[in-house]
Amino acid sequence: MSILHTVNKSPLDRTTLKSCLNLAVKGASVLLIEDGVYGAVSGAESTQMVQDAMGDVAVYVLGPDLKARGVDESRLIDGVKVVDYDGFVDLTTDNDTVSAWV
Amino acid sequence: MSNVKKFMYINNKAPYGTIYAWESLEVVLIGAAFDQDVSLMFTGDGVYQLMKGQDTKEVGIKNFSPTYAALGDYDINKIYVEKESLDARGLTVDDLMHLVWEDEDEDWAEKDSIKVVTSAELAEILDQQDVVLSF
Amino acid sequence: MKFGIQVNEGPYTHEASVTAINFIKSAVAKGHEVFRVFFYHDGVNNGTRYATPPQDDINIQQTWSDLAKEHNIDLVICVAAAQRRGLADDGEQERNKLDGNNIMDGFRISGLGQLIEAGIECDRLVVFGD
Repeated sequence: MSILHTVNKSPLDRTTLKSCLNLAVKGASVLLIEDGVYGAVSGAESTQMVQDAMGDVAVYVLGPDLKARGVDESRLIDGVKVVDYDGFVDLTTDNDTVSAWV
Repeated sequence: MSNVKKFMYINNKAPYGTIYAWESLEVVLIGAAFDQDVSLMFTGDGVYQLMKGQDTKEVGIKNFSPTYAALGDYDINKIYVEKESLDARGLTVDDLMHLVWEDEDEDWAEKDSIKVVTSAELAEILDQQDVVLSF
Repeated sequence: MKFGIQVNEGPYTHEASVTAINFIKSAVAKGHEVFRVFFYHDGVNNGTRYATPPQDDINIQQTWSDLAKEHNIDLVICVAAAQRRGLADDGEQERNKLDGNNIMDGFRISGLGQLIEAGIECDRLVVFGD
């Protein structure tokens, strides 16, 4: 089994990213969408938590939501992969289950 | 493929401040009729949904907390509460409602429905699900 | 693959509707089937007929209606959530003796069982919410 988690809240506002990372098994994927994309940036309070998790889970971020918010890809944590909506769909089919942290 | 799927309901929000907790409980109750393998998990502020002693009279909205006690009658008895979420809020299982179910295979013995599990244990349980509903 | 989608938030207030629409457009373009979209909580407001957003803004309700027609997607509004929020179709109008209805073409109102059924029938259920 493999699982895709989606997170749509800024980690500086809400704790859903933290909850999600606590409950993501090794090999899981995490996709940051909507306000969740702020969790992908480096140099923030949340960065260390995300970097620590990246040893076990793959972190993706939805590019259109980054662009909408004026967050340049150069600000992203190394290793975070940017996907578009097609990539979002592929992540849901590549994994067996989708769990939304709303 | 078996037509029984593993359904997990993620409850991650506190009650009353928003309607999510109540409307998701309504889904659980309706879903019980479909004979699927149902689990509920309570994480984050979602653990507040199970607090004892809820009284909404003065607010004037529906107190839906007694409904959780009925879940056992619907054969919903896998209610996982994340230990770390309780700890972070200064709560223990004694602060939560006592939810039970009757085990048909053991002469209707009354058993606890709530299982307090660690994040690591809950992560494994979540990983085994077929359908995850979040509200 | 066969997808079921759940939308928990109202249009405009929250991005969830638009994220779901963009996801569905990509999914069908890739040849996947979107079997059903189930609207719950304030998500039921995605199915109102009287929205008149400014010309330079997306018309979310109309976009759903067009998507449903083009790709044969079943748009289901939860009846319990709809009743709380004042959304009605012909049936609800008659049953509750209302003086009108306000549901958008392409949507229908039905029970929560439709969400569970989507979970059982579909290969993937994807939730968009707050």
